[in-house]
Amino acid sequence: MSHKDIKTRIKAFIGKHFQYELKPDEDIFSLGFVNSLFAMQLVTFVESEFDITVEDEDLELDNFRTVNAIDSLVQKKLSG
Amino acid sequence: MEFKQVGVVGAGVMGIGLAQNLAQTKHQVILLDISQEVLDKAMKTIKQNVRLSRLYNKGSGQEPVADVMARITPTTDYALFKNADFVVENAVEKWEIKKEIYPQLDAVCPEHCVFAANTSCISITKIASVTDRADRILGMHFMNPVPMKPVVEAIRGYHTTEKTIETAKAFLAGMDKTCVVVNDMPGFVSNRVLMITVNEAAYLVQDQVAPAADVDEIFRSCFGHAMGPLETADLIGLDTILYSIDVLYESYNDSKYRPCPLLKKMVDAGLHGRKSGEGFYKYN
Repeated sequence: MSHKDIKTRIKAFIGKHFQYELKPDEDIFSLGFVNSLFAMQLVTFVESEFDITVEDEDLELDNFRTVNAIDSLVQKKLSG
Repeated sequence: MEFKQVGVVGAGVMGIGLAQNLAQTKHQVILLDISQEVLDKAMKTIKQNVRLSRLYNKGSGQEPVADVMARITPTTDYALFKNADFVVENAVEKWEIKKEIYPQLDAVCPEHCVFAANTSCISITKIASVTDRADRILGMHFMNPVPMKPVVEAIRGYHTTEKTIETAKAFLAGMDKTCVVVNDMPGFVSNRVLMITVNEAAYLVQDQVAPAADVDEIFRSCFGHAMGPLETADLIGLDTILYSIDVLYESYNDSKYRPCPLLKKMVDAGLHGRKSGEGFYKYN
C-alpha cells in the first residue's frame, strides 16, 4: 500500500468527523476540535482499516498526532 | 471503609465505563445484565478500552490488560451480589425497568450494602420506595466516559442518611473521584438544564435555524464549552436523551419538557448517536 493511499484513507476518516482540510503535518490534538474519545476512535479505526494491531509500546498519542505520524506507524506495522 | 466487591447492574455505556474504572482502581466487580450477548459485547469493549487507556496513562501505573479484566465477573444472576459492599445500578432510564431491579437487589445484597442509582433523571426517593433500605440509597450521576470524568453529581433522596453520603464519598474516593451533593428532584441539577438545552438544540436543527455542526460550534467557540449540546447528545445516546426528557415531562407535567419531534424520529430510525454509528453526526 502506498503512502498516498494510507494518507488518503486516514484523511477521509478524520474528514468525516470534522469539516476541516487537515494538512499532513498538522497536529490533530492541538486544533481544539478533538477530545480524548477521538484518539481512541482513531486507534480503533487504524487497526480495523489496515488490519493491524497497535502494540502497547506504540500506544502513544505522538503516533497519532498527525496524518504523517499515523502513516509511518501503519507502514511500520505492514512491513513488519 | 472497604469496598472489596462492587456490583454493577447494566452493561450499557455507563456500566462498561464503571466496570472499567472500578477494575482499574483494584475493585472486584460483578457486572450484571439480563442479556449474555450484551455482557459478551461489554467485556470486549472494556478490554479494548483498558488497552487504549494506555494512550493517556503512561508509566508504571499501567497494569497488564489481563490483570484488570480478571477483576470483572460478568453474570446474568443476581445471586452473585450476595457479598457486594456497594452496588451501582445503570439500567435503562425507564421506571418500569428500574422498579423491577431494586427489590431483587434488596433481597440478595447484604444489610450494609449501599445502592447508588446512576440515573440522570428518575427520582431517588421514588427508587428507594420499592426497597426496604431507603436510608441506604442515593443517586450517583456519573458522567461519560466514566474513567475520564473525576466529578459525580450525587443525589440525596428523602430518606438518605448522612452516613450513606459519607459511605458514597469514600466509595468515590476509591475510584479517584469526588462529588457534588444535591437534593432530589427529577433531573437534579445537571439534566434539568442539559436535557432542555439538548432538546431545544434539536428544535434548532429541525426548524432549520442552523445545522448541528453550527449549533455546536457556537457553544464551543462562543461559550467556551468543551463540547456542543448535540455532540454531547450523540455521546450520551439519543435514546437516553429521549427517555430522560420523557421522564422530566411526566415528572413536572410542564410543557417546557416536551420532546422535539425530530429527536423522536431519529430514535425511531435507530439513529442513537455514537454507539449506533449515527446521530446528529456520522461515526465510523
